[in-house]
Formats: sequence, structure tokens, C-alpha cells
Amino acid sequence: MNGPGINDFTLRIATVNGTGSASANGLLMKAIFRMGVPVVGKNIFPSNIQGLPTWYEIRVTGDGYAGRDGETHFVIAMNPETYADDLAELAPGGVLLYDSTWPRPQLLSRPDVTVLGAPLSAMCNEAFKAARSRILMKNMAYVGAAAALLNLDLGVIEQLVTEMFAGKEKLIPLNMQAVALGHDYAKQNFKCPLDFRVTPLDKTKGKVMIDGNTAAGIGAVFGGATFGAWYPITPSTSLMDAFQKYCEELRVDPETGQNNFCILQAEDELAAAGLTIGAAWAGARGFTPTSGPGVSLMSEFIGFAYYTEVPLVICDIQRVGPSTGMPTRTQQCDIQLCAYASHGDTRHLVLFPAHPGECFEFSAKALDLAERFQTPVFFLSDIDIGMNDWMVDELTWPEDYVPDRGKVLNAEQLEEVDAFYRYLDVDGDTIPYRTLPGTHPKGAYFLRGSGHTKLGRYTEKGPEYKEVVDRLYEKWKRAAAFMPEPVVKKSDRPARYGMIAIGSSDAAVTEARDRLEAAGVPVDYMRVRGFPFSDDVTAFIDAHEEVFVVEQNRDAQLMNLLITETSAPKEKLVPVLHYSGEPLNFRFVYEAVETALKVRKIA
Amino acid sequence: MTSFVKPKIRRLNEPTNGLGKTRADYDGAMSTLCAGCGHDSVTAALARAFYELSTDPKDVVKVSGIGCSSKTTTYFLKDAHGANTVHGRMPSFATGAAAVNKNLTYVGVSGDGDSLSIGLGQMAHAIRRNVDMIYMLENNGVYGLTKGQFSASSDIGSKAKKGATNMLPPIDPAIMALSIGATFVARSFSGDKQQLVSLIKAGIAHRGFALIDVISPCVSFNDHKGSTKSYAHTYQYYHKAVHADYVPPSEEITASYDEGEAMPVELHDGGSILLRKLDKDYDPTNRASAMEKLMQSQQTQEILTGLLYIDESRPAMAEHKKLPETPLHSIPYSKLNPGADALRKLQDEFR
Repeated sequence: MNGPGINDFTLRIATVNGTGSASANGLLMKAIFRMGVPVVGKNIFPSNIQGLPTWYEIRVTGDGYAGRDGETHFVIAMNPETYADDLAELAPGGVLLYDSTWPRPQLLSRPDVTVLGAPLSAMCNEAFKAARSRILMKNMAYVGAAAALLNLDLGVIEQLVTEMFAGKEKLIPLNMQAVALGHDYAKQNFKCPLDFRVTPLDKTKGKVMIDGNTAAGIGAVFGGATFGAWYPITPSTSLMDAFQKYCEELRVDPETGQNNFCILQAEDELAAAGLTIGAAWAGARGFTPTSGPGVSLMSEFIGFAYYTEVPLVICDIQRVGPSTGMPTRTQQCDIQLCAYASHGDTRHLVLFPAHPGECFEFSAKALDLAERFQTPVFFLSDIDIGMNDWMVDELTWPEDYVPDRGKVLNAEQLEEVDAFYRYLDVDGDTIPYRTLPGTHPKGAYFLRGSGHTKLGRYTEKGPEYKEVVDRLYEKWKRAAAFMPEPVVKKSDRPARYGMIAIGSSDAAVTEARDRLEAAGVPVDYMRVRGFPFSDDVTAFIDAHEEVFVVEQNRDAQLMNLLITETSAPKEKLVPVLHYSGEPLNFRFVYEAVETALKVRKIA
Repeated sequence: MTSFVKPKIRRLNEPTNGLGKTRADYDGAMSTLCAGCGHDSVTAALARAFYELSTDPKDVVKVSGIGCSSKTTTYFLKDAHGANTVHGRMPSFATGAAAVNKNLTYVGVSGDGDSLSIGLGQMAHAIRRNVDMIYMLENNGVYGLTKGQFSASSDIGSKAKKGATNMLPPIDPAIMALSIGATFVARSFSGDKQQLVSLIKAGIAHRGFALIDVISPCVSFNDHKGSTKSYAHTYQYYHKAVHADYVPPSEEITASYDEGEAMPVELHDGGSILLRKLDKDYDPTNRASAMEKLMQSQQTQEILTGLLYIDESRPAMAEHKKLPETPLHSIPYSKLNPGADALRKLQDEFR
């Protein structure tokens, strides 16, 4: 396939967490982005605050692909503990830069790669006095060395350093001094630049580098959310951090000083769900961000909201399960959980954003859907989308957007009606009207999770119970037409094979599809963006001999959902499963499909 | 079982309140609890209190969890929105609802199972947030709907109907509430309607979370000899410590009282609560003193009742969170949407 080349390689930086390397790594990525070259950044970090290994991977992709490559071509190995692994990780022909202040016994174990040593610590220890700044400056020194080796623009780096230390200007020359230490050493001792390197392009205009959680938090602000409750959990915390930050900046009433929002930190996820449902029942547009363990805890309340028809938005930023699992690693392992969360017959609406741009759009869409259908809506993201910076189109908000508050009767409307019944399908569209507390005595009703009739009264009579739950099923089915439609990329030629994926698998699958086609294997690809599935999904499966369902979990949760919830024949679906906890890469998908097709040919 | 509509019988010259409403206008559906259940008296006291306060029923929000007590929110104020939520989770639901519209009155009804076992955490955190609501804890020491298991408020040595003896120490909601910053802690008895009605009125007027722990005997599973939550036992050990009268803003305190026996507490609505202490050395505005008194009463098995503690100084959640006058659902979208310019500007840091 592709090898390392100009604007086409992957750089991996191995450090110890808690040493301040995150800002240096972000700086490197931003520098390439500012040079007009598309980048993909993946932070692979431990569930720990200080002292454990962490990696930052930057893929330079002139073609503009948004997923991981799967190979590493350049390693900056700053962590002695992972040095052996980092060396082993390198593709043949790759380059490794290490801190030669200390000896490395494994230096010679890979004759097929180039190893470059620079005494980064020694130089920084000599140049800087304070212990903490020596550690921090070492990071800037490897930025400098990488800049020399990869042909990065020092002017761009200086500009970024200036922005980074706005308000702390005296740190700017110190940091640039460290950058120069690494840069000059590399220039004097190595052949610079390397064969694979960065050359400026013009492909990042109109783009931003943003993570999905921040984008979703901004989306909730623009979507008109006024209420948020959450219990802190990795990797969802930054979503509420963003909502809070932008609410405090943009939503405090300038005249009264009062907040046009309410954010509550809950005592646990059960309470986070209860707070959000209570607020939504009282009429606020609210949401709660969480991750898989939180959804498990919220499940009782989710069924309550489903059966009592209260709007509820849950943003599940998936992480590796089961149980505590690997909290900082990524998977798509809550698909089935979210589709059917809670006891009894329950089924929900699920949105599958694939990148931060869609996180921005879908967090608002989730609020609309929840209020339109008066039901729980899951915004199903994951740590890869949520916590990594992705290059996406600059976020824009439609000028004419009006929040869909759904069917709510106000005091004047209640005055007009003879009587109000909460669960009566007056319009024949499966959605009854609701009222808010404090509106009108005629609008008063009693919300109960126990059996109720279409008039809202308690019941234990079978036919009365069935009438309501049957309507709920119809309502859920009806929502399929309101979900974002699937995105299809068709091959130029008639394709016997198809691929289906959701969410963060999209970037790798898109690239694998293109490369398969280039290699003579035409494949069509459908990215599903919502559940319940539209009829298009069934039609897509029907139109192909075999469909590879690519997803990031062990149990083929999406494939099984397709088997259960479409009429497509089960035999046509082939699982492609990636569940190591690292974000999916295109090579994995390409090879899985290629291998499967080879097997078909032999058989 | 189903819910029965209570017939509304109008009498000639029936008294009305400030809104022109009769006491019956504050009723709800017919109770389906056992005849003689203490909870029905609490329901009646709530309806009476709202009637006497001339509250418009539509401006009240009733919330409850699961259990016998939690069913009672349908039995009063039929013109108010109500929600029977999830077992032990009413406090979070109520907190969310209260955050949306600070102009309504929130009344939570719960029981000792709902609040002290499955819901202990949620109740505690609603107290810590000082949510502006009144919280009725209908306390009978027993799980009624599941037929007679001990609850977490059962006293050591109390006997179950089938003969078992409780060996675990009780959780006293009043002591717990005091220890975590509660601003209004009261205890009463379903058999003392007069005291209960005045405590409810004071609790509604209080700024913040008002806990009323009501001993409310279960006639079916915990009203026998050997039970410490029976009517007989409660009558015997019942001890009124502090009487509280709510005085609305429009009225002046006219009752005469001796120094040290009575004290007025000013409320944020302009009204006040007149405390009449039956124990002279008890200061219900001193948390430590209230705590000491309650711990002592636990040792002597006395059921200390009345407004045991009040603190009007701590801000309620709405003030703490700077919630707007306009309910969150009615703020126009033009005020919520920061606009295209703001969106462009905030993205500078992502370029």
C-alpha cells in the first residue's frame, strides 16, 4: 500500500504521563496543520495521572484521510520503559529518535531501522536551572529536533509558542531556546530533513482541529440546552467541561448576571439521569454525558423516561468494557446496551456521530429528537472521537435553526381544550401532547412509571396497558424517518461486496474502501448514522452478495442489531471486529476484507 | 387495583380561602391505602396546609418515589402536576424539576424505605444542595407494600409482626439531616394534625430544603405490641419540644409570649415562623444544640417533635446556581443562541 513519503507518514511520541508532553505534542501537530497539511492525532494514554507510559500519534496525511494508518514510521522514544516496544513498533525503514543522555542496551536489535540519538536531557540540564523546567524543556527540545528532521517551519512553531504562552510572555524565549537546542543538534548531527517529511500544502483552510466532546458541548449550547447534569467519568468529562465553559462565556445574562442555564454535578449517574429527567419533565432542554458504566447505572431511569415519555438525551462516550475495563481506551461496545437499555420492552433512538463535526450537529439533533419523540435519545460517541483532535470543517450553525420543542400545550391551548389526557394520541402520529408544571390546572397530570392507560390513569388491565406500549413501539418505528440518513459511498464499478460501519470506524473504513477499489476490489460503503435503521439499510444489504460489518467490539453488536432490526438475510453479513482498545486503522480493515475475499476465491 | 375519583360534594356556606377555593379543591384521587393508615392523615394535612396558605394548586409540583407513602401524591392537589418516579430517586428528579422553575412550590413525599435505604444517598445530596422543597418522610419503620420487612428506621429491639426482632441501629433522618447541613429539620406525628399542618406551612415558607420526618404508623404491618412505630407507642413517647407557627407576610405577630419561651424567625418571603419552645433550654437555631437534644432523645426513646432546627441564612440552590426568574423552558432561543459571530470567534483556538 502506501509507504512513508512526503506528507505521508506516521509519527509516534512515547513519553511518561504527567511530564507536560501533551502540549509539546499538540504543538507539533498544530504546526503541521498550520503548514496546510492534514493531520490525524491520537492520544493513547493510561488511566493514571502521573508516571505511566503514554503515546501521541500524529499521522501526516496529504490525502486528507482522517483515520489511523496502522504503521509507525518515526518514533520519538522519550520513555526508557517502553523503548523496546517502541523500537519493535517501527515499520522497516523507519527512524527512531531517542534521548542519548542515557545508554540504550537494545540499540542494535533492529538493523532495518535508523536510530538517532540526541542528548536532549543533557542539553536541557545544562541550559535550564529549575528541575521542573528541565523536564518541560526536554519536551520542547524534541519538538525542535523533530522540526529539523521533518522540515517543519520554525516560524510557525514560534507563532504557536507565542500563542501558547500569551500572558506569560517571559516563557516564550525560554521555550524557543529549548526548541533551538534540539533543532540545532539535529541539523549538525543528522541528515536533515528525512526522506519522509512535511512540505507545505493548502489543504487546511476552513478547517479546525477540535475534539468531539468539545464540539458536542458547543453543539448543546447552540442547540439551546439549558440544563446539564453529570457525574464525572472518563472519557465524557470534557463534554460537560466544554458546555460549562461556553455557557459561562456566552450564556450569563448581561443585565441580571443570572445564568440562562443550570449545570449540576450529580452524586452518581443514577442521580445524573434523575436530575436530567426531572428537568426535562419540567420543560428544560437537558442532557447528561456519561460512559458505559454510567449507562449501566442509569438503566432504571432510562426505562422510566421511555415509558413515561420524558425527553432525555444521554451522551455515551464509549470506553473499553466490560466492568471498569480500560477507561482511557476506545471501543464501540455499548451499541446493544444503548439500543435497548433498561428492563422490560424498551427501545431507544441512537445517533452515531463519526467525527467532531457531527458531534456538534448531532448533540443539538439529539435534543430535537428527544423533545419531538418524548423519549430517551443516545448520542453514541467514543473516546477516539471525543478526546482526540480531529481536523474538520469549521463549525457553522444554520441561521434559521429553530429548536424543535415538540408537542407542548401552553396555557392558551389548554384553555381551549375540553380535557387534556397525557397519553392520548390525538393527532394519530403516535406522539401525544405534554404539558409543563405551572401552566394551567387543566394541564395537570400524574407521571407514573407504573401501568397507565392512554388517559394517564393507573391500570393493571392488559388491554389498557397494551394500548400504550403498542403505541410506544409505533412511535419508535416512526422515528426512523427522522434520524440522519445513512451516508453511502458507491464504487465507480458495480460492487458485489458492501461494508457497513458506524461512528469512529468511518475514517478507517473510508480509506480501506478507496484503497481496495484502487487495488481492483470494488466495494460499496454505507455509514449508518441512526437507530432505528431506515429502509435504506435493508436495501443496501439486499443489493450486495456480502456485507462486511466493521465495528470495534468483540461481539459484533452492530451486526447483531442489523440481524434483529432489519429484514436483511443474516447469511450476508460478515463481521470485521477490532477491539484492542486502540483506534481502528485502515490497514486492519483492508487486510480483513482482502483476506476474507481470498478465502472465498480459494473455496 | 385502580385509582378512584373522589366525589366532590359542595356544601352550602362552605368556607373558602383567599383564592375562593374550598378545602375540597385541594383533594386528589381517593386513597387506596389501608383504613387507618397514618399516611392518609399526612395527605389530609398537606391539603389543609396548601388550602390555608391559599396556594394555587397549579403552582405546586408533587414528586415521590416508590412505596405506600409515594402513592399518596395522587391523593391531594389534583390540579397540580405530579410525578411518581423511581424507587429512592425522587430527590434527583425533584432537584432537576426545581432547577427549571424557581417560582413553583415543590413537595416531595417519601417513606423510610424510599429515603433511608435505597434512597439515602439522593436524599442526603438534595439536603446538601438545599433544594427549595418540602420533603415529607412518612416514617413507619416497615416495608408495607412488600408486607412487613424491617426498614432502616426500625429501632433496635422493635418487633416485626411475625415475631422477628430488629438488631440493627436505626437511621434517624433528623440527626442525619442536621449533620450534613440541613436548614429546616422537623419531626411530627400523623396523629397530631394541628402540629403537622403548621410545620408543613412553615416548611413551605422556608427558603431551601425542609425535612419533615413524620411518624406515620402502618396499621397492617407495624401497629402491634412490641413495635416502636405503633400508634400506642408513639402516643406514649411523643414529646413536643418546639411548636412552630407560620405567620404570613401580611400578618403581624400578635401572640404574647414570655422571654426565652418563644422566638420569631424571619423568613425570606417576608413572613416569619414563631417558635414556641416547650423546653426552655433548647435553641432550635443552634445546630449543635439541636443535635445534642436529638441524640439524648434517642437514648431516652423519646420522640422529640416540632421544628427542631431552622437556618434561614444559607442560600437555596436557585440562588447558589444563579437561576433566572424566567423558567429555563421559557427563555427565548434568541437569548440562548450565542450567534454566528461568537461561533467563529470561539474557534480561533482550534485553528
